[in-house]
Amino acid sequence: MKAQVQTHAVDRDDIQGLLRSGYGHHTEACFLLLRIKDREAARAWLLAAPVTSAAVSERPSGTDASAAAESLPETVLQVALSSEGLRALELADDIIEGFAAEFVSGMGGDANQTRRLGDVGASAPERWRWGTGPRVPHVLVLLYALPGHLDAWRHTIEHQCVAGFDSLACLETANAIDFEPFGFRDGISQPKLDWDRRHPARDQDQLTYSNLSCLGEFVLGYPDEYGDYTDRPLLDAGGDAQAALPRAEDAPDKADLGRNGSYLVLRQLQQDVQGFWKFLDSAAGGDPDQRERLAAAMVGRSLQGVPLVKSGDETDARDAATSKPDLNAFTYQADPQGLRCPRGAHIRRANPRNADLPAGTRGIVSRLIRTLGFDAEALQRDLVASTRFHRLLRRGRKYGAASLAESLAGPPGAEAGIHFICLGANLARQFEFVQNAWMTGTKFDGLTAESDPLLGPRLPAPDGTRTDGYSIPQSGGPDRCVAGLPQFVTVVGGAYFFLPGIRALRYLATAR
Amino acid sequence: MVMAPLAAGREASLRALLDTMNRAPGMADPDNAVLPFGAFARLHFARFVLLDDPTLVDIEAYGLQPPKTPLYFVFMGDCDGPATPLLADMAQRGAAGLRSLFAHCEGFDTSGDLLAWMLAHDAPVAANYVNWVGRSVLQIREESALQRALSARVVRTPLASGAEVQATRRALMTFVEQEKQAGRLTLTAPERTPLGWRVASLVNLVAVPLVGLIVLPVLIVLLPWFIYLLRTRETSDPEICPRPQTEALQALQELEDHEVSNQYTAIGTLKPGLFRRSLLSVLLVLVDYACRHVFTRGHLARVQTIHFARWVFLDGKRRVVFASNYDGGHQAYMDDFINKVGWGLNLLFSNGIGWPRTRWLILGGARIEQRFKRYQRRHQLPTQVWYKAYPGLALVDLKRNQRIREGLERAQMSDAQALAWLRLL
Repeated sequence: MKAQVQTHAVDRDDIQGLLRSGYGHHTEACFLLLRIKDREAARAWLLAAPVTSAAVSERPSGTDASAAAESLPETVLQVALSSEGLRALELADDIIEGFAAEFVSGMGGDANQTRRLGDVGASAPERWRWGTGPRVPHVLVLLYALPGHLDAWRHTIEHQCVAGFDSLACLETANAIDFEPFGFRDGISQPKLDWDRRHPARDQDQLTYSNLSCLGEFVLGYPDEYGDYTDRPLLDAGGDAQAALPRAEDAPDKADLGRNGSYLVLRQLQQDVQGFWKFLDSAAGGDPDQRERLAAAMVGRSLQGVPLVKSGDETDARDAATSKPDLNAFTYQADPQGLRCPRGAHIRRANPRNADLPAGTRGIVSRLIRTLGFDAEALQRDLVASTRFHRLLRRGRKYGAASLAESLAGPPGAEAGIHFICLGANLARQFEFVQNAWMTGTKFDGLTAESDPLLGPRLPAPDGTRTDGYSIPQSGGPDRCVAGLPQFVTVVGGAYFFLPGIRALRYLATAR
Repeated sequence: MVMAPLAAGREASLRALLDTMNRAPGMADPDNAVLPFGAFARLHFARFVLLDDPTLVDIEAYGLQPPKTPLYFVFMGDCDGPATPLLADMAQRGAAGLRSLFAHCEGFDTSGDLLAWMLAHDAPVAANYVNWVGRSVLQIREESALQRALSARVVRTPLASGAEVQATRRALMTFVEQEKQAGRLTLTAPERTPLGWRVASLVNLVAVPLVGLIVLPVLIVLLPWFIYLLRTRETSDPEICPRPQTEALQALQELEDHEVSNQYTAIGTLKPGLFRRSLLSVLLVLVDYACRHVFTRGHLARVQTIHFARWVFLDGKRRVVFASNYDGGHQAYMDDFINKVGWGLNLLFSNGIGWPRTRWLILGGARIEQRFKRYQRRHQLPTQVWYKAYPGLALVDLKRNQRIREGLERAQMSDAQALAWLRLL
């Protein structure tokens, strides 16, 4: 059935560039949260908005080509819409219902979702600055610029938007992107997308961890890791009389509103940088080396980004293009107990790097034994779901001080954090799963009662058990336990958006 | 599983009564006034559910009229030992509450014999899964207390030598002895498995393969015919996997994620005809056999997050109810199902109307992720009242605590074993 699906080449002109690149050269950025005040004017702007496509930013994130900076666009604009935004544009309800249920209900508006995401206590939506009630953004405009060009760019766009939109907020970012506010190198691990669609998109167990993801995991309208097409609104030909939209690959008589689009998760995460280092300092008894080791144990990487599971390895894999050590080429297979990298470390929770089936000897008998769960050792390593179905394409930017030193020297209470952004085709299986099962899950990989050392909400379990500890396995005795972690990260705003393909964006601006 | 049709017009009043038993949506208060679950020491999990099946109409896809079935009210419990003594105990100590609940059912005689009525309405379980056969509520609670005590006590510095490891272990053993003498810890010796149970288990262990052996020649002869029937059906059976209604989905989600474990109850109609009915009957016998004799030690194939699960036939094997208690969120549970035991789900559930298309009974089906996820949510029922005897504890905890206890009670350990034991704390 699936074999007969005709595959089309990927139309990069129709895909917003953010799916392909984090715009790392565009170190200046700000994100506009807008509410539609004049529908016609808003439509007119969306119809003509100067969106940069993936064809322009041909350089995938991660490749370090310092050359050819002059061929980059000076400024970049990307547009995404929330479900309330689609309603404000008067898109028909039955079309909106074709989007993912999580997108339709929004991030902060549903108590069940809030509980699932761990947005409770200090992070509860009632306390958010934006993202609930009349402060749910309709449209998100992401502006990026090469150094020195953002102010003018922002001015131009804000001027264009005055007629159609009220501004809810402008999320400014720090002009530095390599290190997150706590001081760690950031953005190292990213899934690689199969842009050329060479990887066969069919349902088959993967026995080794791979960083390559089917396009459909992140771009709607393409097959995902199951070989399936993720749910998205498909319109009868009558709904798209001008044939403005691409056709659906899996249903060629339908227009595909999702194709070349993605879901975008935006969360404003406020980070207590001084609190973080103060806590570590006291836990380390004031010893700076010890303090940094403890911080690394919580993250799973050193401040410079070297993964703990590999630190000290002589035979470091090197990135073919740059011959720098490849900080992303490792798994935890040789460290099941977490002796090198604690099992609860942030990067291990966020990306456990496992395959569909725990490793074992080759051969069909061994595989059958593992499939039926009769290999005790394999079972022990089988507590974490298969990673490839739960990847996030991160595109966040930090705000506040540009560096850790600046943050620590700054006045107490100066705000810093991340405007966390991730893209994905399946909100429930990707962002929400990772947030629920891996970040806030207190039993992750068989742990007793602790959530993510950085992001955890730290609220006691309903039965009163504390969840604010962090255990660091050591070979010579019981796990070392760091107790009483305060909450380091607070959610202060958030929303789900649809990052449409460019033809879909124009369709949304004209459909009625 | 006690099951009885609801009397006409009593639904709203029953729902209101059930709600009074909860302290959070769907989460039973162990001391609630109607039926204080916490008072029954052998009870692991329990639930009250109204089997309000929204998918009865699906049979119209086969050109058949949806059957007129009553709205059933169901009690399910998972307990140590046989069910009858528990029901008897409940009928005695929870009589008033149970009567007030079952008084909503058709033909319930408020002054009659409650236990006899419940036993008369006990629907047989077609297949039953227990994560760890023989692990009692008492054991779980005592071992959890032990783990907490030891974990708080142990000194968390690296140990230099095997001798130090052994000394640390011995000191902890002495500590536990003192705690036991002071009455702060109890470690009750496991009860002996009743002889009757062992004999029944042994008979089942031998009888099922024996019957299988006898009918095997017949099966081999019938195999081509079976394959023909299966494949023609698999390629033509309709898929019915629309998105669940938003309100229905929210009603389910409201009851979830209040605890490290969650409940799942689902209902569905079998595909019409003798073929599917007999196929599922045979398969459930085999699944029950496997759960009884093979998957008794912490995992159902690769899935290690299910505490208890059961399949029950309704309405003369025309419908099936599935119920389980699992660890983690719903999304994770479903992903486990798909990625770890999709073949097993297909084997059983593909006999239900509307299941995503399978190939050769085990391929496809649940692996068609989006359709499967819509299907299972649409067939899921809100569990009005749900009780768990050990909140906060997941199966990974139960297993680890059990190993701590076992290690504690072992007289001798090598240095490496002693260190591995300390590292559990």
